[in-house]
Amino acid sequence: MKIDNTGPLEYSTNQNQMNILGFWIFLGAEIMLFGTLFASYFTLENGVGSGPSGAEVFEITPVLLETIILLTSSFTIGLATHAMRINHKKATLVFLGITLLLGLSFLSVEIYEFIHYYHVGLTLQTSAFSAILLTTLGTHGAHVTFGLFWGLFIFLQIKKRGFTPETTNKSFIFSLYWHFLDVVWIFIFSFIYLKGMM
Amino acid sequence: MEFFERFAIPHPSPLIYASMVAIGLTMIAIVVGITYFKKWGYLWREWLTTVDHKRIGMMYIISALLMLFRGGADAVMMRLQTAVPDNTFLDAQHYNEVFTTHGVVMIIFMAMAFIIGMMNFVVPLQIGARDVAFPRLNAISFWLYFAGAMLFNISFVIGGSPDAGWTNYFPLAGTEFSETVGVNYYMWALQISGIGTLMTGINFIVTILKMRAPGMTLMKMPMFTWSALITNVIIVFAFPVLTIALLMGTLDRQFGTHFFASTNGGMDMLWANLFWVWGHPEVYILILPAFGIYSEVISTFSQRNLYGYKSMVGSMVLISFMSFLVWVHHFFTMGHGPLVNGIFSITTMAIAVPTGIKIFNWLLTMWKGKIRFTVPMLYSVGFIPLFTIGGVTGVMLAIASADYQYHNTMFLVAHFHNVIIPGVVFAMLAGLTYWWPKMFGFMLNERIGKWGFWFLTVGFCLAFFPMYITGLDGQARRMYTYSEETGFGPLNMLSFFGAGLMAIAFILIVYNVYYSFRYAPRNVGQDPWNARSLEWATPNPVPHYNFSVTPVVNSSEAFWDSKKNGHQLFKDKIDKIHMPNNSGLPIIIAGLFFVFGFSFVFGIWVGVIAAAIGIFGCMAYRTFEKDHGHYIPVEEIQETEMKLEVRNNENR
Repeated sequence: MKIDNTGPLEYSTNQNQMNILGFWIFLGAEIMLFGTLFASYFTLENGVGSGPSGAEVFEITPVLLETIILLTSSFTIGLATHAMRINHKKATLVFLGITLLLGLSFLSVEIYEFIHYYHVGLTLQTSAFSAILLTTLGTHGAHVTFGLFWGLFIFLQIKKRGFTPETTNKSFIFSLYWHFLDVVWIFIFSFIYLKGMM
Repeated sequence: MEFFERFAIPHPSPLIYASMVAIGLTMIAIVVGITYFKKWGYLWREWLTTVDHKRIGMMYIISALLMLFRGGADAVMMRLQTAVPDNTFLDAQHYNEVFTTHGVVMIIFMAMAFIIGMMNFVVPLQIGARDVAFPRLNAISFWLYFAGAMLFNISFVIGGSPDAGWTNYFPLAGTEFSETVGVNYYMWALQISGIGTLMTGINFIVTILKMRAPGMTLMKMPMFTWSALITNVIIVFAFPVLTIALLMGTLDRQFGTHFFASTNGGMDMLWANLFWVWGHPEVYILILPAFGIYSEVISTFSQRNLYGYKSMVGSMVLISFMSFLVWVHHFFTMGHGPLVNGIFSITTMAIAVPTGIKIFNWLLTMWKGKIRFTVPMLYSVGFIPLFTIGGVTGVMLAIASADYQYHNTMFLVAHFHNVIIPGVVFAMLAGLTYWWPKMFGFMLNERIGKWGFWFLTVGFCLAFFPMYITGLDGQARRMYTYSEETGFGPLNMLSFFGAGLMAIAFILIVYNVYYSFRYAPRNVGQDPWNARSLEWATPNPVPHYNFSVTPVVNSSEAFWDSKKNGHQLFKDKIDKIHMPNNSGLPIIIAGLFFVFGFSFVFGIWVGVIAAAIGIFGCMAYRTFEKDHGHYIPVEEIQETEMKLEVRNNENR
């Protein structure tokens, strides 16, 4: 394993570079995954059957809250990567920790939102619209949940092992994942909620 | 008892009971055999936990051959049932199940596995690499494919097979019309093996982009590697669509949603669209690697370099792009209006152009070449006219207005078998025969191989050309029988006869493996075909690190240059080699996926949750694991190389 010290640590071995490229390609596949969900959403958007439409159930407060929380977490994970680049372990852990807490609060608000939908009579079985809405939000939410565990494990590894080519590589890839989820959320916010509320 | 009732077969027949017994006996025989010969340890250490791309490739190919026989048995049953009018060999339900499993098994579990197996074995050798970019992930891909395949194959003895066609259109595939768990099996078998395929796609793109030998620029890659790269790009962009479609299908069937229902705002055409947005690129995922194999074989056995290298690459890139723009031609008759149909009709016909370019390139490669008609070359030469006929009938089907006549008839069945069998199956047999000495260290017998080729080709023509005629006469596909007045009888009998010849061909091919294993000489050397690309620069059998010294490349035919033009492939001295460690995690995780899928099919939620926890547990274990691989010391490499050299020299 040759270590190249000219670039950042997360790019320092061949395997690390391949991991990062591979993850970018995986994100390409994820774009197709969410793209398919969005395309299906636009197809089924008006298929409300006898159930409520988006305009009737969407609430701006929790949605705005979720957006602000997730955007902030994208900022803090960026700070964590920056701290990692300047070899500042404690700051990295703090920002990574804040990111995960923000992710957790995002998830809590989303769960509240789902309970709200249940109370106003919008469940998975109500209509094609409700099914695609909850599937799209649920897929994003499942990604965030997965990310919380993944991020926690990376947190523990950095804490225990410090910055090595492996741990920095993992946390850099995790930051790509987290930013990606944020980008998807921006599309959800714009094309599902705002479009739906208009 | 009530718990077990769900596993009963809904439409039992003596055939199914017979296969149940056969499966049970085979499994017992395998377990007893391995135990008796004390091979469990060997099997676990050398194969089940391997991360070696060559062994994974071989396991893919062996599984693909097994699936070929499963799918082939289905095919023969269908031809037998329709051989005479008003036949009662299979009833309608059983026939539905047979054509469904035939399609799925042949496309997903035979052709895909065969292709990925070939890529696994050949691509790292062709680019001068020691393994793929993510060896562990590669093993996970294989075992997920295997878990999916097994899940699909147990469906017909536990709970019932899917019966809505391999396209699985809703609402037919919904719970209203497909009441058994069969379609649930379809959803999860494809989902699990699809995840594996997606991982393969990512793995090979990174491998090809990042691990090529020094000097091998993109435009100096062998053509099979190029086709593998493009195929994997298509995989990465097409498979997520299937993932979502299958997820929605599962929700519709098991959680009462209304995605594809005709009530409560659902839209049944959404499934057809999503399926074919994946399904049409899938067709090109199958055929592009086949084109790559033909390019290698034709150039080797014409003893000429490949004609029109750049146009070959360009046309493949164009095909991959256009493969995403034609999906509507699968359902022209389902009411899109003339504008949409017109557009997709034109894009479909346009794909014939880059494909035609490739055909001419192959012909011009053979032009003035010193052609040797070996078995791989016979398959390639047979492919060109037969595939062209399939292509021309494809253009006929692309004419949207005329498609109203062809749609859902045997004409279509004849067309796509006409491109898939001479296209993909011939390529796989050509590639298998061509690379066989590299895989196993001996050649397949040429004489038996040629008999196999002729039986397959003649059988193919007799089996499928009559369907063009009955199709134009109006024989519908997927109908389990027809009356005598239709007059389809004699031609269907001819088809059955052709299918019989094809079955004999496959038996000959298997017999050839047995015969050659016993009698073929082992002194084949490292380059028995006088070939051109880098994989033939490795000794026979290939050591698990592939190349003791990284080769330096100057053209797309570096090995040929080293033989004829004095190019020096191996310049460096032997250094210690870093290799990945074996791991049992992939097979464990795939086993858990199998349990997950099986429990989900029957809605056994305890099993689903337990397996899911297990899967995430494996992933968590993986992230904390410290695995840096191992180094092979110089002395060990020298020793291995010495032995191989003695062996190869003796043999010369």
